[in-house]
Amino acid sequence: MKPETLRHDHDLQVEFVGLSRIQGPLVVIEGIRDVGFGERVEIVTSTGDTRQGRVLAISRQAAVVEVFHGTSGLDQERTRVRFLGRPFEIIVSKDEILGRIFSGLGMPLDGGPAPFQGEPRNVNGLPINPVARAYPEDFIQTGISTIDGMNTLVRGQKLPIFSGSGLPHNDLAMQIVRQARILSEETSFAIIFAAMGVRHDEAEAFRRNFEESGVLNNVAMFLNLADDPAVERLIAPRVALTAAEYLAFEEDMHVLVILTDMTNYCEALREVATSKGEVPSRKGYPGYLYSDLASIYERAGRIHGRKGSVTQIPILTMPDDDITHPIPDLTGYITEGQIVLDRELFRKGIYPPVNVLPSLSRLMSDGIGEGKTREDHRNISSQLYAAYAKSKQVERLASIVGEEDLSVVDKKYFAFSREFEKRFVHQGRDENRSISETLDLGWDLVMMLPESELVRVTPQEIEKYGKASHTRNQE
Amino acid sequence: MSLLHDEQTPIVSYVSGPVVKAEPGHLLSMNEMVEVGEERLVGEVIGLDGNTATIQVYEDTTGLRPGTKVFGQRMNLFVELGPGLIGQIFDGIQRPLDFLKEKWGDFIRRGKTVAALSREKVWEFVPALEPGVQIGPGMVLGTVKETEAIVHKVLAPPGCHGTLKVIAPKGRYTLEDVIAEVEGPSGRVEKIKMFHRWPVRVSRPYRKRFMPSVPLLTGQRVIDTFFPIAKGGTAAIPGGFGTGKTVTQHQLSKWADADIIIYIGCGERGNEMTGVLTDFPRLLDPRTKRPLIERTVLIANTSDMPVAAREASIYTGITMAEYFRDQGYDVALMADSTSRWAEALREISGRLEEMPAEEGFPAYLASRLAAFYERAGRVETLSGEKGSVSLIGAVSPPGGDFSEPVTMHTKRFVQCFWALDKELASARYFPAINYLESYSAYISAVSSWWEEKTSAEWKKLRDDAVEILQEDAKLQNIVKLLGEDALPDDQRMIIEGAKLIKNDFLQQSAFDPVDTYCQPIKQYYLLKVIMHFVDRMRDVVMARIPLFRAMNLPVVEKIHRAKYSIEGEEVEPFLKILEETDQQIEELLKRSREPENEA
Ligand SMILES: Nc1ncnc2c1ncn2[C@@H]1O[C@H](COP(=O)(O)OP(=O)(O)O)[C@@H](O)[C@H]1O
Ligand SMILES: [Mg+2]
Repeated sequence: MKPETLRHDHDLQVEFVGLSRIQGPLVVIEGIRDVGFGERVEIVTSTGDTRQGRVLAISRQAAVVEVFHGTSGLDQERTRVRFLGRPFEIIVSKDEILGRIFSGLGMPLDGGPAPFQGEPRNVNGLPINPVARAYPEDFIQTGISTIDGMNTLVRGQKLPIFSGSGLPHNDLAMQIVRQARILSEETSFAIIFAAMGVRHDEAEAFRRNFEESGVLNNVAMFLNLADDPAVERLIAPRVALTAAEYLAFEEDMHVLVILTDMTNYCEALREVATSKGEVPSRKGYPGYLYSDLASIYERAGRIHGRKGSVTQIPILTMPDDDITHPIPDLTGYITEGQIVLDRELFRKGIYPPVNVLPSLSRLMSDGIGEGKTREDHRNISSQLYAAYAKSKQVERLASIVGEEDLSVVDKKYFAFSREFEKRFVHQGRDENRSISETLDLGWDLVMMLPESELVRVTPQEIEKYGKASHTRNQE
Repeated sequence: MSLLHDEQTPIVSYVSGPVVKAEPGHLLSMNEMVEVGEERLVGEVIGLDGNTATIQVYEDTTGLRPGTKVFGQRMNLFVELGPGLIGQIFDGIQRPLDFLKEKWGDFIRRGKTVAALSREKVWEFVPALEPGVQIGPGMVLGTVKETEAIVHKVLAPPGCHGTLKVIAPKGRYTLEDVIAEVEGPSGRVEKIKMFHRWPVRVSRPYRKRFMPSVPLLTGQRVIDTFFPIAKGGTAAIPGGFGTGKTVTQHQLSKWADADIIIYIGCGERGNEMTGVLTDFPRLLDPRTKRPLIERTVLIANTSDMPVAAREASIYTGITMAEYFRDQGYDVALMADSTSRWAEALREISGRLEEMPAEEGFPAYLASRLAAFYERAGRVETLSGEKGSVSLIGAVSPPGGDFSEPVTMHTKRFVQCFWALDKELASARYFPAINYLESYSAYISAVSSWWEEKTSAEWKKLRDDAVEILQEDAKLQNIVKLLGEDALPDDQRMIIEGAKLIKNDFLQQSAFDPVDTYCQPIKQYYLLKVIMHFVDRMRDVVMARIPLFRAMNLPVVEKIHRAKYSIEGEEVEPFLKILEETDQQIEELLKRSREPENEA
């Protein structure tokens, strides 16, 4: 890695030689003065390489620094440490970042020059004043029925994909990127892709997908790959979101941010916390994991008086497919819903294997209905939830008493469950369903059940949409 | 003003996130408010050890260096209390967010800004006393009409005793103006303005406490009818993510029959506060027909804002609640989520390297929770009026597991427990309040109110409904193994009855224009028609008529739709359903007695 050219005030910099301690990704430097909390640090090894770091704690005698490239190979005596007098910053400008590939620290990986137009920006960003936020309510059509119909995505939302290792979360994310359309207006858009500890081939698949769908020039990629230093993962999403906020709120673009894989991010955070000797809370993760994740996920939304928006689709793999694991758990507490992928559906060959029951879009109710999607959207969605939940109970019962011994109504539920998964959940990787196709399909399915079971929809809706579905099917 | 010599100013010796140490510590006192550095970052002394003071800083500490000066404020962390609170949105340490936006734009920066309450705004003050009377703290000096819905009572500040010498005549004043002068026993004259300061960690005094006995009506059937909260009571809403904590609290903020709502977004989403800010000026309070924002104070310390201020936000909110209580109002406070507050305690405690108790939480977690909920209550104020603070806290247990410390301890200190259920939520059955796990200790206390307002059989009706649900839960264990068909009709009847209660009474969508709020009288009749039908089903079963015949009667459809189709306080349509139930059941019974019809 080439040392980055510094554009900081030189008189703010102070340099020291020698480390008094090295522990995991952390180093301790003594005898320092004039160093601030959170300041960016450059560490020059005895062989002349430069590594980046950040001050984690500071007293009058010593500073604790986390080193983003890890401490391996550092020696205690000859290592030089330069405190830059500023937090971790990057420079972004539209022309210099779109269509480009950077490292997790924001340095070019594509042979091009580092961006230099514009002000340096602190990658930690600032909290958006809740008074300034505009409530997200513009429907984004992804063409995927389980999302559009039952867990609607809106512009400015943060909606993660909870997945498991080996499940097709990347395919789903790529399909969303290819198909996502905002029904109301066409404005300029950008995609920010941040990879944290993902494999080369995964990152490459994303790149190719962007290329094939002809959007590559609207994409900026920030890559920290599996063999890149783990601690760098702590900065990567912040660098990416700094770019996203700039494009959305200064360049009026609708920005879709893909963050993958947040599990790797959390593991890096745990590693640093453990090295500091902190008291862990659950499963060894630090007590501040919630706040730390919030400082990433909350960087989504819309702002009054600004045209752009930041929509986040973080991806995480649930360790052991366990949704109560701290990573999905705390994520779900922060994000505006979650799309949950399910191994059993995957095994049945259903794509995308979205289990709608634990999935949720919290912003759905403001993004749907008359004038946005369709007047019956809320009720048919609710009815599908009720019916599918009930059908799962019936399936459990059937596994005990046998399908034959189910009651007449239960048999209908049993059939519903299969059809719902096969026709509604399942769709092609290139199948782009319009919202009315999705809703009509929903009606087709609920009409398999006796009308007395349809307590979440009104008789008028049954008349208008349900019966229509009947006619459709006869044709 | 004395000049500060250098050795009289403590300086920063250590920084780790929100925790800062300063020396020499003897210049500061415990819980003293401080300002750190030229940017004047706000903090509070939370520990004194030897010569080191430990400070929690309520703002981002990036760039802070050892050697920076710390300015003690000679005052404990306080809030300003006076006209100008209502309709405002503050952060956790009472910085007005509206003003911050004006000053800094769309993003929140750090540092000292402006007084919490506007000093420019002019209020119409109406005196309530004549000069010459004896004054004590908490007495009402005069009033200001703060919004159409709320008359703000200007209270004599804490520690104010003596003779009222001067009181301002009716007129227009700002918060900087002196509106009264009180001469103390020593002859010292205290100048009084329309606002005063109060340290947030100290509860405000009152004369005496009453047992809560009046329901805090929320318009949510599962709460009001099944697990009611009383004015001055406490409730917890625990639930995993996505089970409905926030929506329930929003519903209560909208529809609860309190005079004042304090809503604290403690470590939660920015958009949820924005949602309240967008909805509340548009929605009308069903009682006053004024926009809800005219009775609401919002405190927003969202999850991306500094963690220490999250800890303070709970106290900022409860102090404001007590202040309005002291004016004789019924106040309801929502805290979403108390778990984030507890986690903020844990984070600070961790940075102080304190000995952790359970799951890293400090040993004092339980006592802090107890002290918080203890600030609820229905009281006689210092001025002899009645006021109350009801506390409703959301709890966010990790993994949705209620055996974790915050849920467990909270359960010890609250009287209502509204347990949210993941399974119900995933079937989109809302409110996902589990009727078997939830409880309220106020049922007997509020019965007389309900019996007076609805019917003498209210309590019995409610208890019967609960019993059916409990029996149903037992039967469901069999149904899971054998299916409903395996049960005899007298048991299926319970299952069908429970279904009616669950679907047509308990389930209530927050987003339905009609059903979002349900009047007490409607709650009563809705349950009444269901329970009456259940009663009549018994006759059907006794007559050995297949149960499905009863379930297929046209009146059942009417019961299903009643919550949507019957609006407001209409009673007639319910009486009609009762009548139709009897008619149709009688007919069914009659037909079964006539053998020729059987064929
Ligand atoms: N009473 C209700 N009526 C209708 N929908 C509800 C209700 N309560 C919760 N929901 C649905 O559940 C979602 C999650 O609720 P929320 O209160 O945000 O959960 P939590 O705060 O527990 O994470 C909401 O976005 C909404 O769709
Ligand atoms: Mg919530």
